[in-house]
Amino acid sequence: MTTQELSPICRQVRRDIITMTANAGSGHPGGSLSAVELMTSVFFNHMRVDPQNPHDPNRDRFVLSKGHAAPCYYAVLAAKGFISRDEYANFRQLHSILQGHPDAKKVPGVDASTGSLGQGVSIAVGMALGAKHLGKDTKVFALVGDGESQEGQIWEAYMAAAHYKLDNLTVIIDNNGLQIDGTNDQVMSLGDLPAKLRAFGFDLVELPDGNDLDAVEAALSKPTMPGKPKAILAHTVKGKGVSFMENQVGWHGKAPNAEQREQALKELED
Amino acid sequence: MADKIATRQAYGEALIELVEKNDKVVVLDADLANATQTCKVAKAHPEKFYNCGIAEANMVDIAAGMSTMGLIPYCSSFAMFAAGRAYEQIRNSIAYPHFNVKICATHAGVSVGEDGGSHQCIEDIALMRVIPGMTVICPADANEAKAATMAIAEMNGPVYMRLARLATPVFEGDMVKPFEIGKANVLREGKDVAIFATGLMVNESLMAAEALASDGIDAAVINIHTIKPIDAACVTEWAEKCGKVITVEEHSVIGGLGDAVADVLMGKVNCKFHKIGVNDRFGQSGKAADVLREYGLTADQIAETVKVNI
Repeated sequence: MTTQELSPICRQVRRDIITMTANAGSGHPGGSLSAVELMTSVFFNHMRVDPQNPHDPNRDRFVLSKGHAAPCYYAVLAAKGFISRDEYANFRQLHSILQGHPDAKKVPGVDASTGSLGQGVSIAVGMALGAKHLGKDTKVFALVGDGESQEGQIWEAYMAAAHYKLDNLTVIIDNNGLQIDGTNDQVMSLGDLPAKLRAFGFDLVELPDGNDLDAVEAALSKPTMPGKPKAILAHTVKGKGVSFMENQVGWHGKAPNAEQREQALKELED
Repeated sequence: MADKIATRQAYGEALIELVEKNDKVVVLDADLANATQTCKVAKAHPEKFYNCGIAEANMVDIAAGMSTMGLIPYCSSFAMFAAGRAYEQIRNSIAYPHFNVKICATHAGVSVGEDGGSHQCIEDIALMRVIPGMTVICPADANEAKAATMAIAEMNGPVYMRLARLATPVFEGDMVKPFEIGKANVLREGKDVAIFATGLMVNESLMAAEALASDGIDAAVINIHTIKPIDAACVTEWAEKCGKVITVEEHSVIGGLGDAVADVLMGKVNCKFHKIGVNDRFGQSGKAADVLREYGLTADQIAETVKVNI
């Protein structure tokens, strides 16, 4: 799909994030909105998946390590046809398939249960290693938060990805700079992330604007280096697309009220 | 005298057979392959073995990912680092989505000996038992460990298997029973007291029953190799038959086999009840036999405790 075609899908995904979180009265709009272009591009242009056959053994895999961005995930899955938009009304409600954080048992298209931070890359490493073991050409994508990168296990997983030469793995870091308690730098500085990712053995692609579809497409399309896992360090804007949410720490885990929902949806009109 | 083989050694040997038989099985370790005995697979079938380095949480989640590719990962470390260090990874990334991963942890209990309390996990049964959908198995001898290693590959879902460092007698003759997940084995019938034991304590309990017999006490000994799902029918039957129940485990008396048996009987069977295990204290260094004695887990001590409590 061209980026012109992806653009309205991204806008719809953003509207769906607002709708879901507003309906539920809870959820994580900020980190969902920052990841829209990254996740939409991956699912529409870079993964071999079939919504009619979500358990196809030859499908590519995606792990949302920052599981709190579930509204974005669900909206992309709905746009792809894995789930129905009718499910949105049940997001975070009793007996729903749309749990607060993704549940692999319940949602077609979700291959790992995530939300407890720091674990998704390891799971993706296991998928990529399993694909190699089986001689499959499966590609594996993991979307990781920057705040989440404070978890030591993330770096254990990176070490393993390089050790096992997982060139079928792409780790995308949604670097919006904010986490619940403040900026990354206030809470726990991540330091020189590009240098660290390179030192851990990644073929690193720096993406100065992870909310620019053309740039995202270019980064994802860049061929992988044989024998090396690929990392895309995507600088994004938390709350992207909704003026009053952009770069605001307070919108990490807070739902819009009725009035804010109206305003946000207005800003996100086609 | 019976051969002495550690359940971990039997596990390692069974794994070789298993990977030859089932091409979905892969074996993971976290730099303890010689101790856990997964080194046997690493040597015989290196293409089936993945060392994850000293990073147990990562190993467990790699196993989760591999299972989603249709593989059956067997993941080993010491009980302390598998059930302990990687608890939340097992809970959230394996058990919550009900992935087909087998956590096979060695060096459980105080019989670890010299390494001391930091390495003697006495909480793992409790930690694993509380997780919904988790199967918890603790083999009593080498043959049972081998049978269990093979059997858990045939069931879909997460399993925690508890193995020991110490070489202990291999059961012979009538004591050798078929292994079926969730089906307790009555090793000795008796009418005065039902002793439910697991792991290395099964053999100690059998010897305790011998000692009790010479004192005129007729003790039944039941091997609860599967702590979850527990064989409730068997537990109930023998508790009713004997009216007096003793549980024996090389684990804390809090949350382990004793509590699992109590959960079955509570409010249903009127009986005397006493738990033998590690009484809410940490382990310590020493020769395995000395440590077991310090914690009251030898056959003669078990016999004495039974007498006092029935």
